This record gives sequence, C-alpha cells and structure tokens, in this order.
Amino acid sequence: MARVVVDVMLKPEILDPQGQAVQRALPRLGFQGISDVRQGKRFELEVDGPVDDTVLARIHELAESFLANTVIEDFAVKVEEVKAEAGK
Amino acid sequence: MSRTPLDTVEHAAATPDVELPWAELGLKKDEYERVVEILGRRPTGAELAMYSVMWSEHCSYKSSKVHLRQFGEKAPQSDALLVGIGENAGVVDVGQGYAVTFKVESHNHPSYVEPYQGAATGVGGIVRDIIAMGARPVAVVDPLRFGAADHPDTKRVLPGVVAGIGGYGNCLGLPNIGGEVVFDACYQGNPLVNAGAIGVMRHEDIHLAKASGAGNKVILYGARTGGDGIGGASILASETFDDAKPSKRPAVQVGDPFQEKLLIECTLEAFKEKLVVGIQDLGAAGLSCATSELASNGSGGMRVTLDDVPLRDSTLSPEEILMSESQERMCAVVEPEKVDRFLEICDKWDVIATVIGEVTDGDRLEIYWHGGKIVDVDPRTVAHDGPVYERPYARPSWQDALQADDANKLPRPAGSDELKDQVLKLVASPNQASKSWITSQYDHFVQGNTVLAQPEDSGMIRIDEASGLGVAIATDGNGRYAKLDPYTGAQLALAEAYRNVATTGAKPLAVSDCLNFGSPEDPAVMWQFAEAIRGLADACQQLGTPVTGGNVSLYNQTGEAAIHPTPVVAVLGVIDDVARRTPVAFQEEGQLLYLLGDTREEFGGSAWSQVVHDHLGGLPPQVDLERERLLAEILISASRDGMIDSAHDLSDGGLIQAVVESALLGGKGARLIVPDGLDAFTFLLSESAGRAVVAVPRSEELRFNDMCGARGLPATRIGVVDGDVVEVQGEFALTLAELREAHEGTIPAILA
Repeated sequence: MARVVVDVMLKPEILDPQGQAVQRALPRLGFQGISDVRQGKRFELEVDGPVDDTVLARIHELAESFLANTVIEDFAVKVEEVKAEAGK
Repeated sequence: MSRTPLDTVEHAAATPDVELPWAELGLKKDEYERVVEILGRRPTGAELAMYSVMWSEHCSYKSSKVHLRQFGEKAPQSDALLVGIGENAGVVDVGQGYAVTFKVESHNHPSYVEPYQGAATGVGGIVRDIIAMGARPVAVVDPLRFGAADHPDTKRVLPGVVAGIGGYGNCLGLPNIGGEVVFDACYQGNPLVNAGAIGVMRHEDIHLAKASGAGNKVILYGARTGGDGIGGASILASETFDDAKPSKRPAVQVGDPFQEKLLIECTLEAFKEKLVVGIQDLGAAGLSCATSELASNGSGGMRVTLDDVPLRDSTLSPEEILMSESQERMCAVVEPEKVDRFLEICDKWDVIATVIGEVTDGDRLEIYWHGGKIVDVDPRTVAHDGPVYERPYARPSWQDALQADDANKLPRPAGSDELKDQVLKLVASPNQASKSWITSQYDHFVQGNTVLAQPEDSGMIRIDEASGLGVAIATDGNGRYAKLDPYTGAQLALAEAYRNVATTGAKPLAVSDCLNFGSPEDPAVMWQFAEAIRGLADACQQLGTPVTGGNVSLYNQTGEAAIHPTPVVAVLGVIDDVARRTPVAFQEEGQLLYLLGDTREEFGGSAWSQVVHDHLGGLPPQVDLERERLLAEILISASRDGMIDSAHDLSDGGLIQAVVESALLGGKGARLIVPDGLDAFTFLLSESAGRAVVAVPRSEELRFNDMCGARGLPATRIGVVDGDVVEVQGEFALTLAELREAHEGTIPAILA
C-alpha cells in the first residue's frame, strides 16, 4: 500500500476569498504577523499495489481532469512513504 | 533591479518613435493613429491601455452604436421613465414614490472558459450596476442558452454556470425569480449566460455616474486590485518594462459574494447619509472605465494617484492596474468634508476604502504613478468618442432558402396515436421539459418578498408590504424565430416577455435587452443585428415600453458558425397589489378554460418542428402588437377584478405545452375540446403569438365573456379543469402521472 498525495492550490494570481477571510480573522484572534493566507485542498489517495510510473501517470491524469480545475488551480502530485506498521 | 524609464507623458513626447503593441491590445491601425492624433503625440503605455480597453467592442459599442440609436430615436413617450439609456441602468417610476431599476447583461465568454466563476461574476457585475443607481438589489434573473442538452460539454458548462449563479446570488441573499434555459446546438461553443437584476429605491435616491465639483475626492472602495482579467495588458507591461514579474495574468476573475454583500450595505448606508455626489461600479475595463466615465460625465477633470490603489499583487504595473477587472470594487465621488464619514462607514463594513484622487476644475484626466504623470487625456475621448463603425451588412444569401423551407409542409401526425406520441415527446424534450432541477438550485424566496418565481410566466416581487405594490419581470428570446426572420424574431421576443408580464397581472412598463449575436465583421450577422434592433425599436415604440438600457454581446461564434441571433428581452411591469397576481397552476376543478387570441397554422421555428423533425425553416409566427396590447389589457383587468384564477401565455410548444404545465403545477387535469374550424394538431401545437389560456370560475364566465366581447378579443371556450388526466376529446388522454414522468424526468436524467 502506498499513499499518493495531490495538493491543489489556486494559482497564485487568482483571488482567494477563503484565504483572505482566514487572514482577516487572525489578528482578531490574537495571531499577529501573518501577511497572507492562501487555502488549498489536499487529497490523499491510497493506492493498491506499487506506485510506478504508470500509476503516477494515471493519478496525474485524474488530478488534472477531476481533482483540480486547471483553469484556476495548480496541483502537485507526490508519493508519501507509508511507515510499515509494527508487528507485521 | 533595473527598470526602463517610466513611460510618462514627457517621456512619450520625447520618444515619438517607440513602437507600442497596439495590435496585441486589440486596436486597429487606424484606431491607434486616431489616438495619436487626439493626443498630438504617441500615447504612453498607460494611455494606450486605457484607450484599448475603452475602445474595445465590449465597452465602446463601436459596431452597434449606429443601430442602437434607434432605441432613443423611436423611444415612446413614457411618464414612467426616470432615467434612460446611458447610465449604469435605467430607472422606472412604479408609483407610490418608488422607483425600480433593472438591467440585463451578458457574461458569455467568461462563463465558457470557467463556468462557475464566469456566471458568478456575471451576477456580481449586474448587481453592482443596480447599486450604482442608488437602489437596493431585490432580485436576479438568469436567461441561459446552452449547446445540445446531451452534448458532453454541456455537462461541463451547465452545472458550473448554474452553481455559480446560485452560489453568488444565494450568498448575497437575493432571490432568483426568473429567466430561461434553452438548449440548441448553435450555442455549443458559445453558451449565453445573461444576468439580470432588479433594484428598488425611493425617487429621491437616484444616483448618477458623474464627477462634479472641483476638490471633491475620488474614493476607490471594495476589494483590492489584482491582476484579474488583464491578459492583454501584460503584453504591454512586458514590452514596456522589465520582465521580472509573473508572465501570465489570469483572464479568469474570481468573485467574492460576501465582499459584494458588504459593498451593497456600505454603499446604501453612504447614500442614506447623502455622502455621495457621483458613483460608478468597476466592471469591464476597471479603473480605466470608472475614472474616464465619471470624469467625462461630470463638469470638470480628474487627477488620480495610482500609487494609492490598494493592491493584492504588488508587482502590478500601472497599465495593469488601470485595466484590471478585479471584482467587487466601486468608485465614489465625495465632497471633502464628507470623506471622513464615508471612510468610517466603509471601515464599519470592513470594506477597504482609499482616496485615490480628486475632481479638478480643468477638463483633463491626469493619472500619476511614482511621481510621474502617465496619463493626460481628455476623458471624453476615452469614454465617449471611441470609433464608430458603419459595418457593412447584407441579407444573407441563404435567408430566402431558409424561409422557403416551410415548416407548415412538414409531415403531420397521421392519427390520434401519433399525435399523442408527439405531444408526449414534445413535453419531454429538453427545451420544453421542466427546468426545476436547475432552478431549484437557486434560492427563490430569500427576503420573503417573492410572489412568483420559476416556472411562472414572470417573476414577481413585492416592494411595499403595506400596499402590496409589486413588480414583475420576464425575459424571453427565441433564437430560432430570430434566425428565420430577425426583425420579427426580436418583436416576438418582446411580445412574449410583455405577454408574460401581463399574464401574471402586471402592467408592462419598460424594457431592457441583451443582444447576443455573432461577429459584426460578417455582413450577414450585421444584417441580423440591424434587423433585430429595428424590429425591437419599432415594437417598443408601438407598445409604449421604452428601452431603458441593456447590453450587446458580439463575436458569439465558433469559426464561421455564428449562434442564432438571440435578442433576449426583459420586460418590467408593475402590479398595484400582488395579492391579485395570476399564477400558472390550475386552481380549482370545474373552472372553464378559455383560449384568448387567434390560432393560425404557424409552425416555422416551432418546438414541434425541432423535436419531431429536427427542422428549422419557414417563417416565424406573425406579430400583431395591437393584439398583444389588447390581450395584455384583458389579462390585467381580469386579474384585478378577479375574473380569472390562472393564466398561462402560449409560446413555444403551443397550447398543449401550456395546458400540461398548468395541469402539472396545479395537480389537476383538463378536458379539452378542439374548437370548430381548427384541426387538433394546429389547435394543440401551433405557436401563433398573442395568445393565452385562462381558467375562469363559472360565476365569472358571463362577465369575462362580456369583457372580451366588448373589447373585441377572441375568447374561445376550449374545455374545463377536471380530474387527473389531460384529455383531448376524440383524440387522446394522458394521465398526469405519465405527463409528469415525461416532463420532469428529462433534465435530471441528462444532468444529474
């Protein structure tokens, strides 16, 4: 089992109302010194079997066509090591 | 980081030979030469940015202006018109001291690129037009056109558009009360996303877009300015300045409805305290448009310091700031002693507000950046004296063949069974089917003043709780009719919207239009455009309903193929007491059904010809505007005097479509008898204009008949509200269950 993570972020030049709302709330809650906040989405995909180039290519394709709206969003795909569980 | 010298006015004068990327910004060579002639030197980069966006088709109406003049020249005398064409939106007197402003605009192209945000910002833009007049927005409507319902791209575009309209409108707390959804393959690459809004104010609260009074401050308030919607300007920026900036600027604007809601409340509070001399919303062409229009409509000039504009992205160049189409921004002109109070109100609503300049007593618009003067122009040359084209137009060579391909000669159903099948197929076809899957995603009733919403003939809003005064709005535009004959098609669009308003019991007062056409550089399209405007202006004159404003959307085409000419017409009406409104749904069994108007064999452009034969040819139904006016008067009188309990206008799909809708909405069937002199097919499916079907309580029959007789309106008794079957005597019967399955199942099956 392996985990592939897809991070989806609005492109830097696109307005992010949610991020702005978070940023505006911070000083009210006593958190100073944060000049900008941008909010994105993180998808964790549990993959059956080994993650090879073919699988990554498919994930790239699904991210591009379904998880991200590439007109306004960028995405990044990365493989995450899943630690072997003790006792197995 | 080394920068090339700032392109100031002096710099431009000293370097006449510098080549500017005017072509990339969409200017033609002669247009650029005209700019040079106006200025007496080459423009600076910033000036070029302003001229290029303000002289674009979208902002300058350069191809349409010569034709649009007819709306003014042929404008009927109307006491109701308080503010006409040329302002952010027209304003109409609806009585009791109330004024209503309304307008329809297009956001077609952005909605194709990014359906959700395109449609959402379309709603945002039209709502700001309403606020800019001084009115509180009370409702929105959305006339939509998509490609074939079962085309894969429709499944991409439609859900996004619908979610965007719903999302933005719902967040603002505005009910969505009307509009249409039409499918046709001609809109495949060019969906039409038109958005309309209505606002209400007291007469004394009307505000105009002008900057007067030297020394008055220009305040930009709302969202920070980012690089939204300025693809073109970055070319200019990279040509003129160094390249140390993001290479791509987004053409997609993202809306923030909560910011807009703050903008509404903040603006209305400032109006209430009479702090505002002039106001303009920032839409297409952003600050370029707001500054040049405010200045040119006022008495003086204007000086602006661009460094003071709050930015979301500090790398923006002055050209980009001037062209940015960042959403949720407005520009107000405020007297100096009232500035503090204005800023206080903005602060209260968490709206960023900045004084960016002031009105001067000169006649120049001057803009400064980093201490240098980068714009020095006569604002009128930017805002009003753009190029005007008399584009060649010619009746297309195929028009005769299209009109000769007579739909009345198509094979008709051979017997009752086939007629029944075709009726069932018709009411289930995407265009005739129930759109509730779509419209139920919008909030219809927020604010608690909605009287009627889809699928009623017109949306209706109560504007005074005590008196019950209300306004109604309907939008219509049949591209198939307009393709067959643009002059008549445009008149039919008006006639239908007018009729729809009257059917609900409201008196039609005024018109706004959104004219969606192909490329004006194609003489055939230009002919369609010219004919449609001529038709619409003539019809408005005859019906006494002036055009108060609207919008033109050209270049809706993919390659050589233009969309059907689609003039979408919105009619606004007033009703003294909304309790007297007439709904579509059948109310009580036993009530008598009357068909008002004349039925002829008219199948050109009809839903039947499309659904059964996939055919478009012949002539659209005839228009008789005097008949429309008479029908409207009867419908309004009957509503006011309680003579009818339900009414439905007849349009695409003909009588049977209207009866099925009334039956399904009321949960009551109908027994129909084919009147003498008509065959069942024509009776049920012809699309003759100027007709409605009404349900008359038996106790009112005599009075209703007398009224129609005295006024000379044909009224034919065609049946009775009864049972749970729609039966056409001697032909067929369809149960409500069957009809409901057919009528309500189609859209969810395709889109859900």
